[in-house]
Amino acid sequence: MVTVSFTPNLHRHLDSELTSHQVAAASVGGALDQVFDKHPRLRSYVLDDQGGVRKHVAVFLDGKSVSDRQTLSDPVAGGAEIYVMQALSGG
Amino acid sequence: MADERFYVGTRKGLFRYDRTARSWEVGAEAFLGTGVPMLLPDPRDGTLYAAVEHGHFGIKLHRSRDGGGTWDELDPPSFPAKPDGVPDTMCPIRGIPVPWSLEKIWSLETGGADRPGVLWCGTIPGGLFRSGDGGETWELNRPLWDREERGKWAGGGYDYPGIHSISVHPEDPDHLLVAVSCGGVWRTRDGGGSWEQCAHGMYYDFVPEDQGGADPDGQDPHRMVRCPSAPDRLWVQHHCGIFRSADDGASWQEVKDVRPSGFGFAAAVHPTDPDTAWFVPAKKDESRYPVGGEFVVNRTRDGGETFETCTAGLPAAPAYDLVYRHALEVDRTGERLVMGSTTGSLWAGEEQGDRWRQLSAHLPPVYCVRFAG
Repeated sequence: MVTVSFTPNLHRHLDSELTSHQVAAASVGGALDQVFDKHPRLRSYVLDDQGGVRKHVAVFLDGKSVSDRQTLSDPVAGGAEIYVMQALSGG
Repeated sequence: MADERFYVGTRKGLFRYDRTARSWEVGAEAFLGTGVPMLLPDPRDGTLYAAVEHGHFGIKLHRSRDGGGTWDELDPPSFPAKPDGVPDTMCPIRGIPVPWSLEKIWSLETGGADRPGVLWCGTIPGGLFRSGDGGETWELNRPLWDREERGKWAGGGYDYPGIHSISVHPEDPDHLLVAVSCGGVWRTRDGGGSWEQCAHGMYYDFVPEDQGGADPDGQDPHRMVRCPSAPDRLWVQHHCGIFRSADDGASWQEVKDVRPSGFGFAAAVHPTDPDTAWFVPAKKDESRYPVGGEFVVNRTRDGGETFETCTAGLPAAPAYDLVYRHALEVDRTGERLVMGSTTGSLWAGEEQGDRWRQLSAHLPPVYCVRFAG
């Protein structure tokens, strides 16, 4: 299982509390998709029109920024931790 | 009767002002801490739409049915996946691709009195969107987006070009004019099925004509407004001066020798008198502050032949307020105005701007103001 967590700054913009999610996935994109299925509004806060990570959002996989921000293809292993947070560049 | 409510979109939220017996007071606040670049109070059903711009999390669209008290979030206009084989449209200045991605909601307008639920939305990077269901769903207008001339559009104050003015003809909702910084003025007569350039006559005074100074596809109209009761009559505050049209944008004539300056961003036109219009002058064109630190409103009542400088109730020099393109509006009577500045000042004007009253000097920078009946 993979753990997906979100910055608390996203909570106030969405109706639901975003607690950490445990999902089974093979890639960062696959893991995020499973969370987005439960919280559809969240998708557009993290990804842009073309499905890439918003330019002022950071996605970390086990403490390192993911290498593929366009298709989120970075593979994930069991026990991995994904963290979505705001980048300081956005203000 | 004059409008007794208006909304203010700012760098840090939305404020509703309501008329009271003696002045104006804030009746509602929303989205505090977040940018609100555009608003639309829909006179057809009282719905209020607000574009909300998060620094990190993108551009959102919200809707209120109770004057800004409670809100629900809608899916914002979004660009479709760029089809395989479609070449990138390159920014002509920087040579980089213009993204198929929403960067800013820069204009929102209703789509005609007899078409409830129809909305138009202008965006950066230059996409025009239509909704037929009150903002629930949006569709990119491909006939304009796919125009070859879009490759000549450049950013004006932002990285990419944008549609900031949408004017739906009051007698024909299939007849629109949109103004683009920097891409001229485009007209459709068939609801967006086809478009033609309508910025002929505008020009840059610092670009030689043989270098494209009068190319309509590269013009930077900062703001375009149409007189509702005389819809062939339009005003544009352009990057290099004030232009007027008496033929629905088919041709434009410069208004010359405007003092203290013909430069500015905002424009407003009287709803029943096309000869009466308001502008907020500033020192051109890289400087962008009131000439001599004297903050004034320029008003013409004779179609631009002469201008009066309105100062009563506005601050004495030094005053370095700048008014953005959507931050000046006149109400449905043509008697009352509202105006907000980048330094967070807000004024209500009475008697067509003869008297101004400062309502605040401490708001966040003001992006847009809109009356709501």
